[in-house]
Amino acid sequence: MPHECIIEKIARRNIISNQNILQITKLKNNYSMIIKALRAAFPVTLPIFAGYWFLGLSYGLCMHAAGFDWIYPMLMSMVIFGGSLEFVAVQMLLSPYAPAQVLVMSLLIQARHIFYGVSMLEIYRGTGWKKFYLIFGMTDETFAINYSAKVPAGVDKGWFMFFITLLNHFYWVSAATAGCLAGNLLPENIRGIGFVMTALFVVIFIEQWLKEKRHVSAFIGFFCALGALAIFGPESFMLPAMAAIALLLALLQKPIRKAEATSDH
Amino acid sequence: MTTEEEIITVALCAAGSLITRFLPFAVFSEKRPTPSFIRYAGKYLPSAVFALLVVYCLRNTDALHGMHGLPEFLSVAATAALHLWKSKMFLSMAGGTACYMIIIRLTENL
Repeated sequence: MPHECIIEKIARRNIISNQNILQITKLKNNYSMIIKALRAAFPVTLPIFAGYWFLGLSYGLCMHAAGFDWIYPMLMSMVIFGGSLEFVAVQMLLSPYAPAQVLVMSLLIQARHIFYGVSMLEIYRGTGWKKFYLIFGMTDETFAINYSAKVPAGVDKGWFMFFITLLNHFYWVSAATAGCLAGNLLPENIRGIGFVMTALFVVIFIEQWLKEKRHVSAFIGFFCALGALAIFGPESFMLPAMAAIALLLALLQKPIRKAEATSDH
Repeated sequence: MTTEEEIITVALCAAGSLITRFLPFAVFSEKRPTPSFIRYAGKYLPSAVFALLVVYCLRNTDALHGMHGLPEFLSVAATAALHLWKSKMFLSMAGGTACYMIIIRLTENL
Protein backbone atom coordinates (compact mmCIF):
# COMPACT_ATOMS: atom_id res chain seq x y z
CA MET A 1 0.00 0.00 0.00
CA PRO A 2 2.56 2.65 0.97
CA HIS A 3 4.50 1.71 -2.13
CA GLU A 4 1.53 2.41 -4.37
CA CYS A 5 0.94 5.62 -2.52
CA ILE A 6 4.42 6.87 -3.31
CA ILE A 7 4.14 5.87 -6.95
CA GLU A 8 0.83 7.67 -7.17
CA LYS A 9 2.33 10.74 -5.55
CA ILE A 10 5.24 10.80 -7.95
CA ALA A 11 2.92 10.27 -10.88
CA ARG A 12 0.68 13.08 -9.76
CA ARG A 13 3.61 15.40 -9.26
CA ASN A 14 4.86 14.55 -12.71
CA ILE A 15 1.51 15.34 -14.24
CA ILE A 16 1.46 18.67 -12.44
CA SER A 17 4.96 19.57 -13.50
CA ASN A 18 4.18 18.48 -17.05
CA GLN A 19 1.20 20.78 -17.01
CA ASN A 20 3.41 23.55 -15.70
CA ILE A 21 5.89 23.00 -18.48
CA LEU A 22 3.07 23.03 -21.00
CA GLN A 23 1.78 26.28 -19.54
CA ILE A 24 5.22 27.83 -19.53
CA THR A 25 5.89 26.90 -23.16
CA LYS A 26 2.45 28.22 -24.06
CA LEU A 27 3.24 31.51 -22.34
CA LYS A 28 6.63 31.63 -24.04
CA ASN A 29 5.03 31.04 -27.45
CA ASN A 30 2.44 33.72 -26.71
CA TYR A 31 5.14 36.14 -25.69
CA SER A 32 7.25 35.53 -28.79
CA MET A 33 4.14 35.86 -30.96
CA ILE A 34 3.40 39.24 -29.41
CA ILE A 35 6.98 40.47 -29.85
CA LYS A 36 6.93 39.26 -33.45
CA ALA A 37 3.77 41.28 -34.13
CA LEU A 38 5.29 44.38 -32.53
CA ARG A 39 8.43 44.02 -34.65
CA ALA A 40 6.34 43.67 -37.82
CA ALA A 41 4.10 46.62 -36.92
CA PHE A 42 6.78 49.16 -36.00
CA PRO A 43 8.28 49.85 -39.47
CA VAL A 44 4.79 50.20 -40.95
CA THR A 45 4.02 53.00 -38.47
CA LEU A 46 7.12 55.11 -39.21
CA PRO A 47 5.37 57.39 -41.73
CA ILE A 48 2.62 57.94 -39.17
CA PHE A 49 5.30 58.75 -36.61
CA ALA A 50 6.52 61.62 -38.80
CA GLY A 51 3.02 62.86 -39.58
CA TYR A 52 1.65 62.58 -36.04
CA TRP A 53 4.68 64.26 -34.54
CA PHE A 54 4.22 67.23 -36.83
CA LEU A 55 0.46 67.46 -36.29
CA GLY A 56 0.71 66.61 -32.59
CA LEU A 57 3.39 69.22 -31.94
CA SER A 58 1.29 71.84 -33.74
CA TYR A 59 -1.74 70.87 -31.69
CA GLY A 60 0.27 71.02 -28.45
CA LEU A 61 1.54 74.44 -29.51
CA CYS A 62 -2.02 75.65 -30.11
CA MET A 63 -2.99 74.51 -26.61
CA HIS A 64 0.07 76.24 -25.19
CA ALA A 65 -0.76 79.45 -27.04
CA ALA A 66 -4.34 79.23 -25.74
CA GLY A 67 -2.94 79.12 -22.20
CA PHE A 68 -3.53 75.49 -21.26
CA ASP A 69 -1.31 73.28 -19.12
CA TRP A 70 0.38 70.27 -20.77
CA ILE A 71 -1.95 67.91 -18.91
CA TYR A 72 -4.81 69.11 -21.15
CA PRO A 73 -3.41 68.08 -24.55
CA MET A 74 -2.08 64.86 -22.98
CA LEU A 75 -5.44 63.73 -21.61
CA MET A 76 -7.38 65.03 -24.61
CA SER A 77 -5.21 63.22 -27.15
CA MET A 78 -5.46 60.10 -25.01
CA VAL A 79 -9.25 59.97 -24.78
CA ILE A 80 -10.35 61.69 -28.02
CA PHE A 81 -7.51 60.51 -30.32
CA GLY A 82 -8.71 62.42 -33.37
CA GLY A 83 -6.62 65.22 -34.85
CA SER A 84 -9.15 67.47 -36.51
CA LEU A 85 -11.61 67.27 -33.61
CA GLU A 86 -8.91 68.13 -31.08
CA PHE A 87 -7.95 71.28 -32.98
CA VAL A 88 -11.61 72.33 -32.93
CA ALA A 89 -11.81 71.40 -29.25
CA VAL A 90 -9.23 74.10 -28.47
CA GLN A 91 -11.76 76.67 -29.69
CA MET A 92 -14.62 74.93 -27.88
CA LEU A 93 -12.74 75.14 -24.57
CA LEU A 94 -12.19 78.87 -25.08
CA SER A 95 -15.86 79.54 -25.92
CA PRO A 96 -18.78 79.68 -23.49
CA TYR A 97 -19.95 76.28 -22.19
CA ALA A 98 -22.36 74.67 -24.70
CA PRO A 99 -22.52 70.88 -24.19
CA ALA A 100 -25.22 70.05 -26.76
CA GLN A 101 -23.39 72.01 -29.44
CA VAL A 102 -20.10 70.29 -28.56
CA LEU A 103 -21.62 66.84 -28.96
CA VAL A 104 -23.28 67.68 -32.29
CA MET A 105 -20.10 69.28 -33.60
CA SER A 106 -17.94 66.32 -32.63
CA LEU A 107 -20.41 63.86 -34.21
CA LEU A 108 -20.34 65.89 -37.43
CA ILE A 109 -16.56 66.19 -37.52
CA GLN A 110 -16.07 62.49 -36.78
CA ALA A 111 -18.89 61.21 -39.01
CA ARG A 112 -16.44 59.86 -41.61
CA HIS A 113 -15.42 57.15 -39.11
CA ILE A 114 -18.76 55.43 -39.77
CA PHE A 115 -17.45 54.66 -43.28
CA TYR A 116 -14.25 53.24 -41.81
CA GLY A 117 -16.26 51.03 -39.47
CA VAL A 118 -18.33 49.62 -42.32
CA SER A 119 -15.10 48.88 -44.22
CA MET A 120 -13.45 47.22 -41.21
CA LEU A 121 -16.39 45.03 -40.08
CA GLU A 122 -14.86 41.91 -41.63
CA ILE A 123 -11.21 42.78 -41.02
CA TYR A 124 -11.59 43.40 -37.26
CA ARG A 125 -13.77 40.29 -36.90
CA GLY A 126 -12.55 37.68 -34.43
CA THR A 127 -9.83 39.76 -32.77
CA GLY A 128 -11.29 39.20 -29.28
CA TRP A 129 -10.78 41.82 -26.57
CA LYS A 130 -8.36 43.71 -28.82
CA LYS A 131 -11.29 44.67 -31.02
CA PHE A 132 -12.45 47.31 -28.52
CA TYR A 133 -9.12 49.07 -28.62
CA LEU A 134 -8.84 48.68 -32.42
CA ILE A 135 -12.20 50.42 -32.85
CA PHE A 136 -11.47 53.07 -30.22
CA GLY A 137 -8.19 53.94 -31.95
CA MET A 138 -9.52 53.93 -35.52
CA THR A 139 -8.25 57.30 -36.79
CA ASP A 140 -7.93 58.20 -40.48
CA GLU A 141 -4.34 56.95 -40.50
CA THR A 142 -4.83 53.84 -38.36
CA PHE A 143 -7.77 52.83 -40.54
CA ALA A 144 -5.79 53.40 -43.73
CA ILE A 145 -2.81 51.35 -42.50
CA ASN A 146 -4.84 48.53 -40.96
CA TYR A 147 -6.99 48.28 -44.07
CA SER A 148 -4.13 48.23 -46.56
CA ALA A 149 -1.08 46.76 -44.80
CA LYS A 150 -0.22 43.19 -45.68
CA VAL A 151 0.29 41.16 -42.51
CA PRO A 152 3.64 39.34 -42.90
CA ALA A 153 3.46 35.54 -42.96
CA GLY A 154 3.52 33.93 -39.51
CA VAL A 155 2.45 37.13 -37.73
CA ASP A 156 -0.82 37.24 -35.78
CA LYS A 157 -3.16 39.67 -37.52
CA GLY A 158 -4.94 40.81 -34.36
CA TRP A 159 -1.75 41.67 -32.48
CA PHE A 160 -0.26 43.29 -35.60
CA MET A 161 -3.19 45.69 -35.95
CA PHE A 162 -3.27 46.19 -32.17
CA PHE A 163 0.35 47.39 -32.15
CA ILE A 164 -0.18 49.64 -35.18
CA THR A 165 -3.02 51.30 -33.29
CA LEU A 166 -1.09 51.44 -30.01
CA LEU A 167 2.07 52.90 -31.57
CA ASN A 168 0.07 55.53 -33.44
CA HIS A 169 -1.77 56.42 -30.23
CA PHE A 170 1.55 56.69 -28.39
CA TYR A 171 3.07 58.97 -31.07
CA TRP A 172 0.04 61.23 -30.99
CA VAL A 173 -0.14 61.58 -27.20
CA SER A 174 3.60 62.11 -26.76
CA ALA A 175 3.77 64.70 -29.57
CA ALA A 176 0.78 66.67 -28.26
CA THR A 177 2.25 66.73 -24.76
CA ALA A 178 5.72 67.65 -26.01
CA GLY A 179 4.30 70.42 -28.21
CA CYS A 180 2.58 72.06 -25.26
CA LEU A 181 5.64 71.66 -23.00
CA ALA A 182 8.10 72.97 -25.60
CA GLY A 183 5.95 76.01 -26.28
CA ASN A 184 7.72 78.33 -28.65
CA LEU A 185 11.05 76.50 -28.66
CA LEU A 186 10.13 74.57 -31.79
CA PRO A 187 12.18 75.12 -34.92
CA GLU A 188 10.45 76.75 -37.86
CA ASN A 189 12.31 74.61 -40.39
CA ILE A 190 9.95 71.62 -40.16
CA ARG A 191 7.28 73.65 -41.98
CA GLY A 192 5.61 71.56 -44.67
CA ILE A 193 6.34 68.16 -43.11
CA GLY A 194 2.59 67.73 -42.55
CA PHE A 195 2.40 66.89 -46.24
CA VAL A 196 3.47 63.38 -45.21
CA MET A 197 -0.19 62.65 -44.36
CA THR A 198 -1.34 63.67 -47.83
CA ALA A 199 1.44 61.52 -49.30
CA LEU A 200 0.30 58.57 -47.16
CA PHE A 201 -3.24 58.74 -48.51
CA VAL A 202 -1.99 59.22 -52.08
CA VAL A 203 0.13 56.07 -51.76
CA ILE A 204 -2.68 54.04 -50.24
CA PHE A 205 -5.08 55.31 -52.90
CA ILE A 206 -2.68 54.13 -55.62
CA GLU A 207 -2.19 50.71 -53.96
CA GLN A 208 -5.95 50.30 -53.82
CA TRP A 209 -6.26 51.45 -57.45
CA LEU A 210 -3.71 48.86 -58.63
CA LYS A 211 -5.44 46.12 -56.64
CA GLU A 212 -8.98 46.61 -57.99
CA LYS A 213 -10.30 45.65 -61.41
CA ARG A 214 -12.81 48.46 -61.83
CA HIS A 215 -12.33 51.98 -60.53
CA VAL A 216 -15.94 53.13 -60.38
CA SER A 217 -15.81 53.60 -56.59
CA ALA A 218 -12.55 55.57 -56.72
CA PHE A 219 -14.08 57.89 -59.33
CA ILE A 220 -17.24 58.28 -57.25
CA GLY A 221 -15.17 59.24 -54.20
CA PHE A 222 -12.98 61.66 -56.10
CA PHE A 223 -15.72 63.53 -57.94
CA CYS A 224 -18.12 63.63 -54.98
CA ALA A 225 -15.32 65.07 -52.81
CA LEU A 226 -14.28 67.67 -55.41
CA GLY A 227 -17.88 68.60 -56.18
CA ALA A 228 -18.80 68.99 -52.52
CA LEU A 229 -15.62 70.99 -51.86
CA ALA A 230 -16.44 73.36 -54.72
CA ILE A 231 -20.02 73.85 -53.52
CA PHE A 232 -19.73 73.81 -49.73
CA GLY A 233 -16.14 74.94 -49.11
CA PRO A 234 -13.35 73.37 -47.03
CA GLU A 235 -15.08 73.67 -43.65
CA SER A 236 -18.27 71.78 -44.40
CA PHE A 237 -17.84 69.62 -47.48
CA MET A 238 -17.27 66.25 -45.78
CA LEU A 239 -20.88 65.39 -44.86
CA PRO A 240 -22.35 66.27 -48.29
CA ALA A 241 -19.48 64.37 -49.94
CA MET A 242 -20.15 61.30 -47.78
CA ALA A 243 -23.88 61.48 -48.45
CA ALA A 244 -23.25 61.70 -52.20
CA ILE A 245 -20.84 58.73 -52.09
CA ALA A 246 -23.30 56.59 -50.12
CA LEU A 247 -26.16 57.54 -52.44
CA LEU A 248 -24.23 56.82 -55.64
CA LEU A 249 -22.92 53.49 -54.33
CA ALA A 250 -26.47 52.52 -53.36
CA LEU A 251 -27.90 53.56 -56.73
CA LEU A 252 -25.17 51.77 -58.66
CA GLN A 253 -25.29 48.60 -56.54
CA LYS A 254 -26.97 46.50 -59.23
CA PRO A 255 -24.69 47.37 -62.19
CA ILE A 256 -21.55 47.19 -60.02
CA ARG A 257 -22.47 43.74 -58.70
CA LYS A 258 -23.43 42.56 -62.17
CA ALA A 259 -20.06 43.67 -63.54
CA GLU A 260 -18.36 41.94 -60.62
CA ALA A 261 -20.25 38.68 -61.24
CA THR A 262 -19.53 38.61 -64.98
CA SER A 263 -15.81 39.38 -64.60
CA ASP A 264 -15.33 36.72 -61.92
CA HIS A 265 -16.56 33.88 -64.11
CA MET B 1 -15.51 77.64 -18.10
CA THR B 2 -15.05 75.87 -14.79
CA THR B 3 -12.85 72.77 -14.61
CA GLU B 4 -15.99 70.65 -14.41
CA GLU B 5 -17.36 72.19 -17.61
CA GLU B 6 -14.01 71.65 -19.30
CA ILE B 7 -14.07 67.97 -18.34
CA ILE B 8 -17.60 67.58 -19.68
CA THR B 9 -16.65 69.33 -22.94
CA VAL B 10 -13.68 67.00 -23.46
CA ALA B 11 -15.78 63.97 -22.48
CA LEU B 12 -18.41 64.93 -25.05
CA CYS B 13 -15.75 65.18 -27.76
CA ALA B 14 -14.54 61.73 -26.76
CA ALA B 15 -18.14 60.48 -26.83
CA GLY B 16 -18.59 61.87 -30.36
CA SER B 17 -15.47 59.98 -31.48
CA LEU B 18 -16.53 56.75 -29.76
CA ILE B 19 -20.07 56.82 -31.14
CA THR B 20 -18.97 57.28 -34.77
CA ARG B 21 -16.26 54.63 -34.43
CA PHE B 22 -18.35 51.99 -32.67
CA LEU B 23 -21.66 52.54 -34.48
CA PRO B 24 -21.24 50.08 -37.39
CA PHE B 25 -19.80 47.42 -35.09
CA ALA B 26 -22.65 47.86 -32.61
CA VAL B 27 -25.33 47.67 -35.30
CA PHE B 28 -23.85 44.68 -37.16
CA SER B 29 -22.64 42.20 -34.56
CA GLU B 30 -20.22 39.33 -35.18
CA LYS B 31 -22.88 36.80 -34.27
CA ARG B 32 -25.37 37.62 -37.00
CA PRO B 33 -24.43 37.61 -40.69
CA THR B 34 -23.85 41.11 -42.08
CA PRO B 35 -26.59 42.27 -44.51
CA SER B 36 -25.58 42.00 -48.13
CA PHE B 37 -25.75 45.77 -48.84
CA ILE B 38 -23.39 46.48 -45.95
CA ARG B 39 -20.95 43.84 -47.19
CA TYR B 40 -21.12 45.43 -50.64
CA ALA B 41 -20.55 48.87 -49.09
CA GLY B 42 -17.63 47.56 -47.04
CA LYS B 43 -16.04 46.23 -50.19
CA TYR B 44 -16.49 49.29 -52.39
CA LEU B 45 -16.34 52.14 -49.85
CA PRO B 46 -12.56 52.09 -49.20
CA SER B 47 -11.59 53.22 -52.72
CA ALA B 48 -14.02 56.13 -52.48
CA VAL B 49 -12.89 56.93 -48.92
CA PHE B 50 -9.18 57.06 -49.86
CA ALA B 51 -10.00 59.48 -52.69
CA LEU B 52 -12.06 61.51 -50.21
CA LEU B 53 -9.15 61.55 -47.73
CA VAL B 54 -6.72 62.86 -50.35
CA VAL B 55 -9.12 65.71 -51.13
CA TYR B 56 -9.68 66.23 -47.38
CA CYS B 57 -5.92 66.68 -46.81
CA LEU B 58 -5.74 69.21 -49.63
CA ARG B 59 -9.00 71.01 -48.78
CA ASN B 60 -7.30 74.25 -47.76
CA THR B 61 -5.28 74.52 -50.96
CA ASP B 62 -6.20 77.75 -52.72
CA ALA B 63 -6.37 77.01 -56.44
CA LEU B 64 -7.42 80.55 -57.35
CA HIS B 65 -4.80 82.65 -55.59
CA GLY B 66 -1.09 82.64 -54.78
CA MET B 67 0.63 79.59 -56.20
CA HIS B 68 -2.72 78.15 -57.43
CA GLY B 69 -2.02 74.90 -55.61
CA LEU B 70 1.02 74.19 -57.75
CA PRO B 71 3.27 72.99 -54.86
CA GLU B 72 0.56 70.55 -53.74
CA PHE B 73 -0.16 69.34 -57.26
CA LEU B 74 3.52 68.79 -58.11
CA SER B 75 4.21 67.00 -54.83
CA VAL B 76 1.21 64.70 -55.20
CA ALA B 77 2.39 63.94 -58.73
CA ALA B 78 5.93 63.25 -57.45
CA THR B 79 4.56 60.92 -54.74
CA ALA B 80 2.41 59.06 -57.27
CA ALA B 81 5.21 58.81 -59.86
CA LEU B 82 7.70 57.51 -57.28
CA HIS B 83 5.17 54.96 -56.11
CA LEU B 84 4.29 53.73 -59.58
CA TRP B 85 7.99 53.47 -60.38
CA LYS B 86 9.48 51.83 -57.26
CA SER B 87 6.37 50.92 -55.21
CA LYS B 88 8.24 51.46 -51.96
CA MET B 89 5.78 53.14 -49.64
CA PHE B 90 8.32 54.90 -47.46
CA LEU B 91 10.35 56.17 -50.42
CA SER B 92 7.26 57.60 -52.14
CA MET B 93 6.13 59.41 -49.01
CA ALA B 94 9.57 60.75 -48.09
CA GLY B 95 10.19 61.86 -51.68
CA GLY B 96 6.81 63.56 -52.04
CA THR B 97 7.12 65.33 -48.68
CA ALA B 98 10.69 66.48 -49.41
CA CYS B 99 9.48 67.77 -52.76
CA TYR B 100 6.72 69.77 -51.04
CA MET B 101 9.04 71.20 -48.38
CA ILE B 102 11.54 72.30 -51.02
CA ILE B 103 8.96 73.86 -53.35
CA ILE B 104 7.28 75.94 -50.64
CA ARG B 105 10.69 77.30 -49.62
CA LEU B 106 11.76 78.09 -53.17
CA THR B 107 8.50 79.82 -54.01
CA GLU B 108 7.84 81.76 -50.76
CA ASN B 109 9.41 84.96 -52.04
CA LEU B 110 7.75 84.91 -55.44
